[in-house]
Amino acid sequence: MKGEPMGTASHEETWVERFAAIDRITHAILFTTFLGLSLTGLPLLFADAPWARTMALLMGGYGVTGTLHRVFGFAMLFCFAFHVGRVVFRLYRKRGPTMLWGPDSLVPQPRDLFQMYDHFMYFLGRGPRPQFDRYTYWEKFDYWAVFWGMGIIGTSGLVLAFPEFVARFLPGDVFTIALLVHGEEALLAMVFIFTIHFFNGNLRPEKFPMDTVMFTGRIPLHELQDERPAEYERLVREGRLEHAFVPPPQRRLDLFGRFVGAIAISLGLVMVALTLIALLA
Amino acid sequence: MPLFSRFTALTGALVLLALPSLAAPAKAKPAPAPTSDDCLACHSDPEATRADGKPLGRDLGTFAASVHGQGGLACTDCHADLASAELPHAEKLAKVDCATCHSDVGEKHAGSVHKAQSCTGCHGTHDILPSSDPASRTAHANVPATCETCHRQPPGPAGRGKSVKDGFHVGKVLAEYGESAPVCSTCHGAHDVLPPKDPKSPMHHDQVAATCGACHSDVKETWDTSIHAQMIASGRNAATCSDCHAVHGMLGTEGMPLWRVAATEECSTCHASKAETYRDTFHGKVSSLGYERVATCSDCHGNHAIRPMEDPLSMVSAENRVATCQKCHPGTGANFAAYDPHADPHDRERNPVLYYATIFMKALLGGTFAFFGLHTALWAPRSLKDRRARRAAHEAERQASQGAGDQGDGGRA
Repeated sequence: MKGEPMGTASHEETWVERFAAIDRITHAILFTTFLGLSLTGLPLLFADAPWARTMALLMGGYGVTGTLHRVFGFAMLFCFAFHVGRVVFRLYRKRGPTMLWGPDSLVPQPRDLFQMYDHFMYFLGRGPRPQFDRYTYWEKFDYWAVFWGMGIIGTSGLVLAFPEFVARFLPGDVFTIALLVHGEEALLAMVFIFTIHFFNGNLRPEKFPMDTVMFTGRIPLHELQDERPAEYERLVREGRLEHAFVPPPQRRLDLFGRFVGAIAISLGLVMVALTLIALLA
Repeated sequence: MPLFSRFTALTGALVLLALPSLAAPAKAKPAPAPTSDDCLACHSDPEATRADGKPLGRDLGTFAASVHGQGGLACTDCHADLASAELPHAEKLAKVDCATCHSDVGEKHAGSVHKAQSCTGCHGTHDILPSSDPASRTAHANVPATCETCHRQPPGPAGRGKSVKDGFHVGKVLAEYGESAPVCSTCHGAHDVLPPKDPKSPMHHDQVAATCGACHSDVKETWDTSIHAQMIASGRNAATCSDCHAVHGMLGTEGMPLWRVAATEECSTCHASKAETYRDTFHGKVSSLGYERVATCSDCHGNHAIRPMEDPLSMVSAENRVATCQKCHPGTGANFAAYDPHADPHDRERNPVLYYATIFMKALLGGTFAFFGLHTALWAPRSLKDRRARRAAHEAERQASQGAGDQGDGGRA
């Protein structure tokens, strides 16, 4: 990683697992459907933009994009339902306490606020880099932003997809609100993912142009020591470090990650540019 | 009767004999009016030339076949100034005044927008044929081409600019229905074309419906019940046929689906704020993309017989609204029809929930991007510094390991 080719040097390195296969697959389905939804939804969100008609036509016209949008939407909701089901199952089975609180949990905790403050101080050169653990505060924000987005965009999307059914229970005003919320939340999600999330995970100088951990699932030991020292020390202290050791990532998987990642980042940045054109026009 | 006629003939002959001596008693030999044969003596001679060498002969054969030639008119009947001219006559002749015979037409033409143009521009000169002749410039099917000798876009002489003719009426309808199809003159008039601003012009905004209604009487009858018609009748400005149907750019029924979507633009010329709120809706967004299977203005409001919402007969009245929604959304009821298709996020009175929801969403987006924008802007330079420091540390470490022994774990900057 870090821009060095995957040569003999990295084979001598020790690698640690960061994301299990199931999490990587969930993320892959999530970002594939997310890109599909963004591409098919953007022309409708900015229907008055100079590029909207052309973009819709390139994908086969509104009739096609409308259908694709629904297909991607349902696929994403199934993925979300699977994830929630898995979380609930694991909570119920064994991992309850560590999933809900502590360093291995994605639940925001007071420590995250302090670390965020320290991180800002570090940006300004007024302190050391915080001792991050397994999940940093911005990673937790990403997770919960997507969680919230799924709920809001998914619900409003279903309301808009089945208006006749929904109107049996709710007044017609709900469609106006659903359309507003669906579009604005989607805009928030798209621009956030394509700028902030891409920067935090891939485009920032230390990671540039991308980090393939979401494809390979593993990071070199020195990266764990550098970026997540609290987690490293915890693993050593609890005697779990050796259990986390894995063989180096497959070269093929890493290349695949770079290929798919390059497409995703390019598409995302193009859509940010289209959004800016639409907002400024 | 025979006695009377013989008497008249005798008197006539006497008068004729006496006339020359009465009219010009001083002149030695008065010139008789040249006959058409006299004219043709020179004007059919291919050798004869004018002073400047141009040939005198002209194809007067077309005159014999023309409506005037067939009617037995002589050259001097039109070229009246030649009746008393010496031959060979002057090169420049007086302008022919068609109104001498066609006085009613002359009167109409003198009051028209074309009063500075001569009759010959449309009708021709020696070769004028009756309109009933298919070869005539003014035959029904030839009228558009005749008008287009001047009327092009941009205006200019024949052969330049784009055609302005109504491609639907003067194309498809004319080809199919012939004489009963409208051409330029059917709507604009012929000799008495008036500028559209003239209240008597069939193109005047108040007259357009009557002009179109001459053929489309059923549509006119329906339109007469609309709020648009009532407003025009009471002297106010409202949409007439040509405000929605692009005259000269008319589409046939095969263009209908596309036009149904495009017509929202026509409505928005007057109903701008309603068009804006429509554009915010799902219907409006989808139709903006050019997809026609979605409700546009006319699907809810109707077309020719649009009535105000307060009118119980209106498609969007409280009584009819559910039925109107059901045209596309069968099985829906009052809940569904309570949807506000012109909800305005800036109107707190009309749409309070939407008003506050919009503010909330704006704050959410603004807040998130402000915070993370700052976060990223501060992090980027720091991250760049880190990358350089780490590279340098890495390099130093490598050199150290190449040179001497290991120094253990190095600290971060």
